[in-house]
Amino acid sequence: MRDILKTNVSRRAVLGAGVAGASLLAMPAVLRAQDKSLKVGVYGGYFKDSFDKNIFADFTKETGIAVESVAEPTGEAWLVQLEQAAKAGQAPADVSMMSQVAMLKGQSTELWAPLDLAKIPNGSNLIDHFVNKYPDGRVAGIGAVAWYITLVTNTDVFKEAPTSWSALWDPANADKLGLLALVSNSFLLEVTAKTHFGGTNALDTEEGLLKAFEKLAEVKPNVRLWYRDEAQFEQSLKSGEIPMGQYYHDVTGLAAKDGQPVRSTFPKEGGIMDSGCWALSRASSKVEEAHTFINYMSQPKIQALLSRKVGTAPTVKRDLLDLTAEEFAAVSSDIDPIIPRYDLYTTKADWLNQKWTEMIAG
Amino acid sequence: MRREAPQKLTDYGPLVFPAGMLITFFVVPFATMIAVSFFKRNPSGFYTPDFVFENYERFLSLFFGKVLGFSLFLAVTVAICCVVLAVPFTYLLSRAKRRTQVLWLVALLSILSLSEVIIGFAWSTLFSRTAGITNLLVMIGILDQPVALNPSFGAVLTAMTYQALPYTVLVLYPALVRLDPTLTEAARTLGASPIKSFFTVVVPALRNTIVATLIMVFIFALGCYLLPQILGRPQHWTLSVLITDQAIYQSNMPFAAAMAVFLVLVTLGLVGLTVYAGRKGEAA
Repeated sequence: MRDILKTNVSRRAVLGAGVAGASLLAMPAVLRAQDKSLKVGVYGGYFKDSFDKNIFADFTKETGIAVESVAEPTGEAWLVQLEQAAKAGQAPADVSMMSQVAMLKGQSTELWAPLDLAKIPNGSNLIDHFVNKYPDGRVAGIGAVAWYITLVTNTDVFKEAPTSWSALWDPANADKLGLLALVSNSFLLEVTAKTHFGGTNALDTEEGLLKAFEKLAEVKPNVRLWYRDEAQFEQSLKSGEIPMGQYYHDVTGLAAKDGQPVRSTFPKEGGIMDSGCWALSRASSKVEEAHTFINYMSQPKIQALLSRKVGTAPTVKRDLLDLTAEEFAAVSSDIDPIIPRYDLYTTKADWLNQKWTEMIAG
Repeated sequence: MRREAPQKLTDYGPLVFPAGMLITFFVVPFATMIAVSFFKRNPSGFYTPDFVFENYERFLSLFFGKVLGFSLFLAVTVAICCVVLAVPFTYLLSRAKRRTQVLWLVALLSILSLSEVIIGFAWSTLFSRTAGITNLLVMIGILDQPVALNPSFGAVLTAMTYQALPYTVLVLYPALVRLDPTLTEAARTLGASPIKSFFTVVVPALRNTIVATLIMVFIFALGCYLLPQILGRPQHWTLSVLITDQAIYQSNMPFAAAMAVFLVLVTLGLVGLTVYAGRKGEAA
């Protein structure tokens, strides 16, 4: 009975919570009022920390534009968030680092504001394929960083470094491999095509793709772990629990430098070269600042700094960089890389995903 | 305190807040999910509002049928394991000294503070060849050399049971504490052994509680998606894992929503069936 008396209190609490909630929602508006700032989305964790420490502070000093870095999740979750927000006219980040597949998907909904290369003079430093374009030639994104996925091994278990991706198929490696769990981030179809069918052009037809799937299915008995989470594999690789697999060249290099018994090898067929682009959300009002930022990031000295501090491969031409041969080898290789067939992951996305899931879980 | 039926409209006042929360945080999102499950997927982008059945059609295949079957089987197995372990344990606990009870309950509650990620990684270390429990077995001479116990079905089952056990105990505990001790005393004076009296008196008296607990653990286990990934092989991945893949990695929201709706419907169906069967059994 007396409980009814409490009604007023709880109603007031509801009102109070409502006001608090509303003011929380209004916060971004307050932030937006500030002049000369830019919200930049970069992958959270190690990446964001390195960028905050080594890059963004200097950028603010040089240009007077304050950078608020936003930790974005990997995978396509960030693309989904940007897309939903843009529909509502919001930009959780003005400029974001996006994967190639995400770039293509964003293009289909015109999510990326076209960039004006006249305002990005340093864009001419870039290797051609790092300029991401709409089908009609407008520039959708500019290569931010590149990285390699290579063949990694535990040095205690494998005294000799493997030389070819064909080690994945070797029956001697039964139950020893850790591979990425998704068709769109492992790029193993491309590896199969390059290793066994002469190049990624073999994946042009559905027939060729099925042949690659069939060949790749032979790897299954060797796979101990199909991982989505990097930490899971990295730990097992260091301990020798899972002594071989595909992993990121930069992180493996850092672990080896820390004295861990791991090594990263560029197989003779080439490492898998993946990259991220800077892209500007169409909902952003910071168009000028974004161009200044992208131009700044495309300088050879900044790309060299990223290679030294973050361990990424540069997106500008090799001869413009002051990296020593050793520094370059730590982040890249002269062996012709395997470039993923990003087009397949938009045109045949669901078909590939279905075949892939059936292959590994079947 | 006396309970009275509400007389005036304002008597329903205290319900406004919970009802509002329920509508905002459950009804609306769930309705959105159902709506999205009928949207049209655009493989090169996102989705467009529409009313198509293709997401459900894609799900109706032998492959997804098997995955759904495995998920249900895994959840049922976890529920049974938890109840089989928790009923005797909680029974003994409820008969123990107050201090012992408090200690155990605090320990169990502290497991609840661990996230699924921590539980998954901890068990994957315990089951590993290089640092796992088999090294102990080698030390005491039971095994010749350490072996890896994961990835395997047993590893997934163990970790999921570990995760769900505290909930099971906490749900069973009040019922067991309230259980009239004279019931078992009567059984004992009539000559039943402690074990016999447990199975013929305690368990039947708790039938409804046990069924309710089974259902709760079953539903809890069905939503698990991290442990099968960390500790299992791809054939041990549950439907929840595939839903996550579609939603997060493929940005195929319509298909993910369709799978989730299907999973909810199957779950509700099974729970309904269990409750219905329980009522019938009681009536008979």
